[in-house]
Amino acid sequence: MTPAPRTPGRGDSPKIRIALISLTYLFFAAFVFLPLALVFAQAFQKGWQYYRESITEPFALEALKLTLLTTAIVVPLNAFFGMSAAWAVTKFHFKGKTVLKTLLDLPFAVSPVIAGLIFVLLLGSRTPLGSWLGERGITIIFSTPGIIIATLFVTFPFVARELIPLMEAQGREEEEAALTLGAGGWQIVRKITLPNIRWGLLYGMILCAARSIGEFGAVSVVSGHIRGLTNTIPLHVEILYSEYNYTASFAVSSILVFLALLTVILKGSMEKAYLKTNPQSAKNHEH
Amino acid sequence: MSIEIRNITKTFAGYTALDSVNLTVASGDLVALLGPSGCGKTTLLRIIAGLEAPDSGSIILENRDTTNLSPKEKNVGFVFQHYALFRRLTVFENVAFGLRVLPARHRPSRSEIRDRVEHLLKLVQMEWALNRYPEQLSGGQRQRVALARALAVKPRVLLLDEPFSALDAKVRQELRRWLRKLHDEIHVTSIFVTHDQEEALELADRIVVINKGKIEQEGSPQQVYDHPANAFVYNFLGNVNVFHGRLTNGVVNLGAQTSNGEHPQKGETTGKAFVRPHEIGISRIRSNESDIAGTILEIRLMGGQIGLSVASEGFEHPIEAEIPRELFRNLQLERGTGVFITFNNIRIFSGDYEI
Repeated sequence: MTPAPRTPGRGDSPKIRIALISLTYLFFAAFVFLPLALVFAQAFQKGWQYYRESITEPFALEALKLTLLTTAIVVPLNAFFGMSAAWAVTKFHFKGKTVLKTLLDLPFAVSPVIAGLIFVLLLGSRTPLGSWLGERGITIIFSTPGIIIATLFVTFPFVARELIPLMEAQGREEEEAALTLGAGGWQIVRKITLPNIRWGLLYGMILCAARSIGEFGAVSVVSGHIRGLTNTIPLHVEILYSEYNYTASFAVSSILVFLALLTVILKGSMEKAYLKTNPQSAKNHEH
Repeated sequence: MSIEIRNITKTFAGYTALDSVNLTVASGDLVALLGPSGCGKTTLLRIIAGLEAPDSGSIILENRDTTNLSPKEKNVGFVFQHYALFRRLTVFENVAFGLRVLPARHRPSRSEIRDRVEHLLKLVQMEWALNRYPEQLSGGQRQRVALARALAVKPRVLLLDEPFSALDAKVRQELRRWLRKLHDEIHVTSIFVTHDQEEALELADRIVVINKGKIEQEGSPQQVYDHPANAFVYNFLGNVNVFHGRLTNGVVNLGAQTSNGEHPQKGETTGKAFVRPHEIGISRIRSNESDIAGTILEIRLMGGQIGLSVASEGFEHPIEAEIPRELFRNLQLERGTGVFITFNNIRIFSGDYEI
């Protein structure tokens, strides 16, 4: 169960309480609200018309398309991989399990730039694998597949990390009960396991989507920055910025802000729904 | 449906959970697998259900070898210690689950499923909770639903893994009686695992005492309680005083008292003597030459009985006795009162039995 909220008063002097609350607000204002406000202020500096043109010019639209395409491919794939990994780690006993569990977090630990470089070194056109693929007309690096692969790598842990503690807490008993009642493997997954983990799964997918949309480092290394071709939104923002086109840069950034806000709102409403349907296992879902 | 367990052995990394276990359960019996935690009883139950595979040996249900069948094909009902209800499904859907997952050609119609589920929920007195979710129910209610769910598929055998151990004492007692009654009505061959000797004695037709992966004794509750095969069984089936004594031609000397009957050894050996607390007589006057004098150290209220710890010369530990409240009141006992002790029934086991 969630711990009862601490009653104010006893122990904490009002001064400390006020100080901590104001500090939190101050921090929030300085590091979240102010920058966000600045993004919009900059974006609309040259008026609504200019803003609209900046975000609807062909290169910006292409970048948006590529970002959404990447996200649309990466999120389902990582949902699947993450679920398989979480399933393997929590429902079976096998050798190297602890090592695998630790390595699942590796993409978070490695700098995204290194992650990008790994794939350039592995799949670039001068490497054996890259040239072999090249001869067959498949280019990975400096093209869309490379961006997708790099994003896959960077966002892999989100779903698995969300599901492992949840599935560990739920144990195997419900699946075993279903088994003794005559359910087959697929029936168990569909009727028992998936409904039990659906909120955790969706939550992990949202985090995965947020990161896919915003990923800069790894994608920057493998993309090649070809405008209208291999530019995602974050890369497009950077190009505009380095061309001293601040207003357009911030206008495009505001798309990212909107997408981020959308994911945060989705996440919030989902938590509410989750708590409503399952107050007892809410603790599995706190961060 | 009879169950035959033949030479079942199961080892886990480093230890033997079951060591060549043989057991036959007659059709319609309610059997208790009784033993301390870690003795292998739950493993045996899971092997019968097909949730675990034995290293060797076979499980025969009604003359058919089912060792290598999956739980799906075995058609056994399993009740888990922590209920394992499907938390996302209502009580109704929980009970209907086993019917809904049947292949289309065997699946009953919707109205048949409804009738069956309602009938079962009535049987377990949970028909009022049809549309509730498991987390809205108490532990005892959940376990009833779990039982209805297991019965829905008309299992050939019902297996219960410590079904009441997660419940509080009063509910446990109540559910126990109720399960016994239910079993008398439906007569499905059932095996339940427990570490609670009282539960086994009260509920089962037959008791199988297991220790360290081996069966120590098997028999009716009466047999097992009155004629324990060895020190372990005696000790496990209730509170007991253990005295180390010297056996001379099968007679043990405890203080001034000697035992009588029921010990095969001849010659001189050391052994352990066991006396149950309720088989000890307490009085304020010496009624027999061999009575032992002692002083009351401690008095405990135990419901209908009164527990006494009595210190006595020549005994290393205090002697634990239980007497009826009535007698306690008549004797007007207090801490420090001098009393005389009679052992009404001493049992001797020699050899090394670890408890």
